[in-house]
Amino acid sequence: MPEEIKGNSSAPQPPAEKPATPAAAAPAKPAAPAKPAGPVPEPWNAALPNALKSRFGSAILEANTYIDQNYVTVDGQVVRDVLQILRDEQQFDYCVDLTAVHYPKKDLQFEMVWILYSFARNERMRVKTRIKDGDPAPSVVSLWPAANWLERECYDMFGIAFEGHPDLRRILLPDGWEGFPLRKDYDILRQDKAWVQANLGIESGQ
Amino acid sequence: MLQYLQGYLSQPVTPGEAGNYLWATVYIVIVITGISLVVLAMNWGERKALAHMQVRLGPMRVGPHGLLQPFADAIKLMTKEDIIPDGADKLVFWLAPVVIVITAWTTFLVVPFGRTHAITDMNIGVLFMLGVSSLSVLGIVMAGWASNSSYPLMGSLRSSAQMISYEVAMGLAVVSAILMTGLSDSGIYLHHAGSTAASGVGTLSMIGIVEAQAQQGTWFIFKFFPFGLIAFMIFAIAMVAETNRAPFDLPEAESELVAGFHTEYSGFRWSLFMLAEYSGMLAVSSIAVTLWLGGWLRPFATWHGPQIVIPHYWQGGALDLASSLLPALIFFLLALVCLAGVIRMPRIPIFRFQTIGLAVFGLLLGFIGLVLLAPPVRDRIQDIFWFTMKIAFFMYMYIWYRATFPRYRFDQLMRVGWKVLLPVALGVLIVTAVVGVLR
Amino acid sequence: MTEPISTSSNPAGNDRTFLDSNELILNMGPQHPSTHGVLRVILKLDGEKVRGTECVIGYLHRGVEKIAENRTYAMFNPYVDRMDYVASVSNGLGYCLAIEKLLNTEAPLRAQYIRVIMTELNRLASHMVWLGTHALDIGAMTPLFYTFRDREEILKIFEKYCGARLTTHAFRIGGCIYEAYEGMEQEILDYCTFLEPKIDEYEQLLTTNRIWVERTRGVGFISGEDCIALGVTGPVLRASGVKWDLRKAQPYSSYEKFDFEIPIGVNGDTYDRYLVRMAEMRQSVRIIRQAVAGLPAGPIMAKIPKVLKPPVGEVYVSIEAPKGELGYFVVSDGSTQPYRIRVRPPSFVNLQALDKMVRGQLVADVVAVIGTLDIVLGEVDR
Repeated sequence: MPEEIKGNSSAPQPPAEKPATPAAAAPAKPAAPAKPAGPVPEPWNAALPNALKSRFGSAILEANTYIDQNYVTVDGQVVRDVLQILRDEQQFDYCVDLTAVHYPKKDLQFEMVWILYSFARNERMRVKTRIKDGDPAPSVVSLWPAANWLERECYDMFGIAFEGHPDLRRILLPDGWEGFPLRKDYDILRQDKAWVQANLGIESGQ
Repeated sequence: MLQYLQGYLSQPVTPGEAGNYLWATVYIVIVITGISLVVLAMNWGERKALAHMQVRLGPMRVGPHGLLQPFADAIKLMTKEDIIPDGADKLVFWLAPVVIVITAWTTFLVVPFGRTHAITDMNIGVLFMLGVSSLSVLGIVMAGWASNSSYPLMGSLRSSAQMISYEVAMGLAVVSAILMTGLSDSGIYLHHAGSTAASGVGTLSMIGIVEAQAQQGTWFIFKFFPFGLIAFMIFAIAMVAETNRAPFDLPEAESELVAGFHTEYSGFRWSLFMLAEYSGMLAVSSIAVTLWLGGWLRPFATWHGPQIVIPHYWQGGALDLASSLLPALIFFLLALVCLAGVIRMPRIPIFRFQTIGLAVFGLLLGFIGLVLLAPPVRDRIQDIFWFTMKIAFFMYMYIWYRATFPRYRFDQLMRVGWKVLLPVALGVLIVTAVVGVLR
Repeated sequence: MTEPISTSSNPAGNDRTFLDSNELILNMGPQHPSTHGVLRVILKLDGEKVRGTECVIGYLHRGVEKIAENRTYAMFNPYVDRMDYVASVSNGLGYCLAIEKLLNTEAPLRAQYIRVIMTELNRLASHMVWLGTHALDIGAMTPLFYTFRDREEILKIFEKYCGARLTTHAFRIGGCIYEAYEGMEQEILDYCTFLEPKIDEYEQLLTTNRIWVERTRGVGFISGEDCIALGVTGPVLRASGVKWDLRKAQPYSSYEKFDFEIPIGVNGDTYDRYLVRMAEMRQSVRIIRQAVAGLPAGPIMAKIPKVLKPPVGEVYVSIEAPKGELGYFVVSDGSTQPYRIRVRPPSFVNLQALDKMVRGQLVADVVAVIGTLDIVLGEVDR
């Protein structure tokens, strides 16, 4: 059981086989060992996503499982309702985490992720949606109070405004900070020079 | 000169009673010096005992086993910069520690270390002590006020509220002890030596209370069992709260939000507060020892044991002999401990000073032990020795409480004082009176 | 940094001036002996009672998630120790499990057992730090020295195993890199025998101590439903009556092979949290004993490529850290560096509950409640 890999014969092992065929480069494709197909997202067939699909139809963009972890990607318009349904009807009473991922090259740059857990069902799932830069995301503080600081952190790090949040301000960074660090266009060495100069009285060391 | 000295020393009363101003002054100086030395010793003892209870060693570097640590602390405090907050009321700021120290030291006017070893003996001794120690509350409020900062003010108000609350329970416990001076287990009414008061009347005089215990042949802690014991325990708890020590030290605890009343004091002024705190501990311990534990009496003071005669040295009971040799024995024991320490010291050059210091200290202790064997010293030191031993027991308990107990929250502290100690004290008082009269 | 007092905790109180009411704003600043790190708590007091709190955090924010995007997977491993620096082994375990999940592999059984042993020792160490500091805040200064002294032995074992006492970096992606050193099993068993009477000693000092009970019973109450709604996990959740532990609910790293109990409390107050953590210490000793007894032979490292390039995808893996549910949400874009790593810190979410637990209590209880939440600012701020 421990070594058994789902759907594969063995873990990917290119180094072990490479020395056997050093020169066979371009034409002999199979020389590089046929990389066993890694796990792929498979459709999630269960009562829960089916119920959501029947309820929201095409707004549920996809419902998949990847390495045993279920997630649904929904349209930005309905995500708040989906979350509400999940909490009220499907017993997902614990909001584990909520975060965002920034894909600057895409149209809808931010992917919001809500990770939910249900005590009754001992089940965890993710709800994802995509929003455009500048658009607000729906706040779920009224559904799960746990989201209060989690959304503040998301705002702090990405600049995503949450509609309906009672007190949206920066939490980890100082109040006057300019910029949203976890965005991909905020490079790692950058600091808010003005803030550092004003508050610490030194030149930003970066 | 020597005759004058001997003539004086053979008198049966305290200098205050005898109206002898010179000797009273000498005694005052001796007592104040003694208090200061004890405070120094307490400083060392507290840090070492606390440390050992916490699986660590405590001061080890300043002098052998940290014995010179209190002196180092004293020097540090005296040479520290004296900071006065900007908006502080300068006169009150200066006056507050003075008030506290003076009230703490004034209580020692009537503390009897022996029948003749007290500065004076007032016939309202206990009342005097309780009254004067209450004045220290004034000093605390002054300190908090003069600091011109809201946190010391809140701390000082809390401190004073706590002290006042526990004084009530203390007073009631004291009254029940005083009742016992006039009431007897066996229905015999007793007199205070030298008083013309009618029998059946108790006394507030500190020396009188101890003499009553001597005459009745029982320490008041054991009298009317268990009520003497309960009264003693009430006093023992209330006195810890009275002196702002753990577990009742919320007003001065570091990990709480509001710092204590002596926050703004630094250096020498702060050391005066510390001096006053330890002196207060000594004073209330003296009250407890005098009222319940028989003052300067040794345990089983009425048992003398078989007669023993050593020519030119001793004529009297065996137990009395053993008891009079005890102080010397203790000093010899301590000297032996120092010797053992010297033998165990690592023999490397960096420890040479420490080893020599410890050896000198051990020799000093041995010398004191020898001195204590001499007959003139031996007789006079007995009372002081037993009194000091009992006080030392209380001081150790103070340290033990600090190491063991968490802190009471302020409202719980006040609740204990008013809702627990006060009713019990009242109850004990009434029952003591009833039992005493009925017998 | 001059933040105005948040009006969110008292929306109606904004138009009253300081003089109009008895309310006082008290600042437990970032430098405070009892806030377990750089935490700033602004209290709105009405006399002695707390009417509202606001936590100002971020003093220890180091941008760990941003750093992760600029390091390879293996390079990032030491960074996770520095978040919850008191219990660094669990952080490493969670991260390694997450990347192994992403790679769709599992560590060999022997490595899993070693991981369990180290993680449970680290749970013991974390709870000992909690006990010492919590007791110190409440005024009992002695248990601090006892627990730190006993924790020294655990740190010695860590040092012998992986070379570091505190920020251990004990595990690698794919298993363990260090084999159990010679005599490790016996030493750990000896330590377990040594520790159990010590836990009894701590209990003797505090559990029935009237002052301790008065200072902790009824203080900082939070109900089970509120815990779930606020996302609070760990001993705080269990003390409020919810019997949930990730080691039983969604076992990882062969925890399902061990026999242990989950202690829960009845009232969700500070005293129950204290009892739950003491019982957890005993259960940890039990797990360690079983793991050492059943330690199998075998490899300690799975076969994974030297250069880690997990396939495109994302996973969320969480473990039961000593402080609650510690989760890692890892997004991979197929390159050697993670695209996004999100750490779900238990202390961050638990600290949100401070406001609820402290309302209506006295000022002196705030310190006790912060202590009982067992937060580590390194984890709160990352």
